[in-house]
Amino acid sequence: MEIKRINDYTWEIPKHGQMRVPTVIYISSKLLESVKQDLTLRQAQNVACLKGIQKTAYVMPDAHQGYGFPIGGVAAFDLDEGIISPGGVGYDINCGVRLLRTDYSAKDIHERRKQLLTEIFKEVPAGVGKGGTTRLSRNVLKEVCSKGAEWAVENGYGKREDLQRTEENGRMKAADPGYLSQRAVERGIPQLGTLGAGNHFLEIQKVDEIYDDEGARVFGIHARDQILVMIHCGSRGLGHQVASDYIRLMENKFGIKGLPDRELINAPIRSPLGQEYYKSMSAAVNFAFANRQMIAHWVREVFARVMGSSEGMDQVYDVCHNVAKFEKHTIEGREKEVCIHRKGATRSFGPGRPEIPEVYRSVGQPVIIPGSMGTASYILVGTKEAEQLSFGSTAHGAGRAMSRHEALRRFRGEKIKMDLESRGIELKFTGWKGIAEEASAAYKDVDEVVKVSHKVGIGKLVARVVPVGVMKG
Amino acid sequence: MRKYRFLRHTADAKFQALGQTLEEAFANAALATSSLMWDWRKVERKVEYPVRAEGRDLEQLLVNFLEEILYLLDTKGFLLNSTEDMSIHKRNEGYVLNARFLGDNYSDRYNLLGGVKAITYNEMSITKNDHYTVQVVVDI
Repeated sequence: MEIKRINDYTWEIPKHGQMRVPTVIYISSKLLESVKQDLTLRQAQNVACLKGIQKTAYVMPDAHQGYGFPIGGVAAFDLDEGIISPGGVGYDINCGVRLLRTDYSAKDIHERRKQLLTEIFKEVPAGVGKGGTTRLSRNVLKEVCSKGAEWAVENGYGKREDLQRTEENGRMKAADPGYLSQRAVERGIPQLGTLGAGNHFLEIQKVDEIYDDEGARVFGIHARDQILVMIHCGSRGLGHQVASDYIRLMENKFGIKGLPDRELINAPIRSPLGQEYYKSMSAAVNFAFANRQMIAHWVREVFARVMGSSEGMDQVYDVCHNVAKFEKHTIEGREKEVCIHRKGATRSFGPGRPEIPEVYRSVGQPVIIPGSMGTASYILVGTKEAEQLSFGSTAHGAGRAMSRHEALRRFRGEKIKMDLESRGIELKFTGWKGIAEEASAAYKDVDEVVKVSHKVGIGKLVARVVPVGVMKG
Repeated sequence: MRKYRFLRHTADAKFQALGQTLEEAFANAALATSSLMWDWRKVERKVEYPVRAEGRDLEQLLVNFLEEILYLLDTKGFLLNSTEDMSIHKRNEGYVLNARFLGDNYSDRYNLLGGVKAITYNEMSITKNDHYTVQVVVDI
């Protein structure tokens, strides 16, 4: 396999064999070495072979091996010739990140940060198999899936303004919960308003450095040490079930002959099954938006109780990391609507795009990139260049570099907790195993990931934030 | 013979489950999957669920069978201890599996270790030499 170096941060695998388009990888030589160790590049080439793929199959700087599509993969498909693939979205549909700002500084909360974290831990159910406090009927669950964060706001969770500051305004209108399987609904009912486990987390953070004063100001970030809250979770068992259901339905309908990898199973976008998947996936996306909306509301309640006020706790933004949607992009000089798959990638639209809220339209959308446990996270701003270079996409996080098994062998949860505490970071969690698995040393260097995004221009640095309190499922 | 072993994988968990029969290998794959979420050895056998899975081929049958564990955890809080009386039959254009899951409902006495999001086809293989080996990658 030939990997052509275009410049310091751009590499290309030229079109060969069955590939319909080339593959472009935005990565540093350091990160590329780690990516070469697994199947990431093979998977990206497989994506480049899919029907109706447009221009280039892109790989983001934090990429790692996925199933079917790589994590950190971005691909666009022609609406008439192209396909839609559950494997191009992933099992955790609309796994994403929400960021809240506050008017508090690290000094203001210092004495009460332990209490804040303890109270949040009590309010927000987390961990494996942990059900929520809100038990819903089937009909209400379906309403949640049809209206997303709007449902949550209508039912007293958060503010109207939050919706404008959410990708898709917190609701994918194509959603049709009627296509959800009985099982997806059953798994969703106990899990609304829960954080889940694995890499999902909730962090109280402080601003560590501001790189772009104007961008930061527009996003509501004013000074070093300002406190923010980041929520990272997804659509839980409901989304996982939708992915599994449609992989099975598509296999049964179209067979698996000729697929280099079974997880690449797909359906023509315009086919009934392709449409049903899109409508079900959108329902799962909405479930995740409602989920983060509820969790954000509880966080505000805790701040109001512990600190005396939650005023100024506006939402900066809420972004999806795993999603397929229809967007207009310029391809071969012509504007065209395509079906974008972002799997482990963040939309990164620049100034002027109608999809982003008016308040941000002059600078570009906020891009929220969580780091690994105990490390920095970043706020970037979307760019015009990204629309040309990556269908308006950039990285989504640090990306794993070491298996969970290996992390468990190497790290001890107790030691990690002590290390974090010695650096002034409080930690609340449901199990020691998860703490060891999510050790920051098991992840790629998030600083390097965002540096590549910034240098390539697909997402520009605005601010760096560091945790003061971490809650893990 | 070992029931299962875990192999190296960057982001997810990859295991091989072994068995003298296909049924035994499938049952051990269920234990390997469970082992990522709880210590199945410590789960009492108090609750029983009948399991039925179908598949167009053995791989799909395996995915659908293992998905039952995730479904029962999310909807019933069920923790698996063992799979009994499994039978796999070829039928028309595919396979059908019947078995019984034995275990207990989640309570504070059990410690949950981690989550499994889904069973994937990635690097899946079902092979037979002098015994059966099924290899599975699960998304965690």
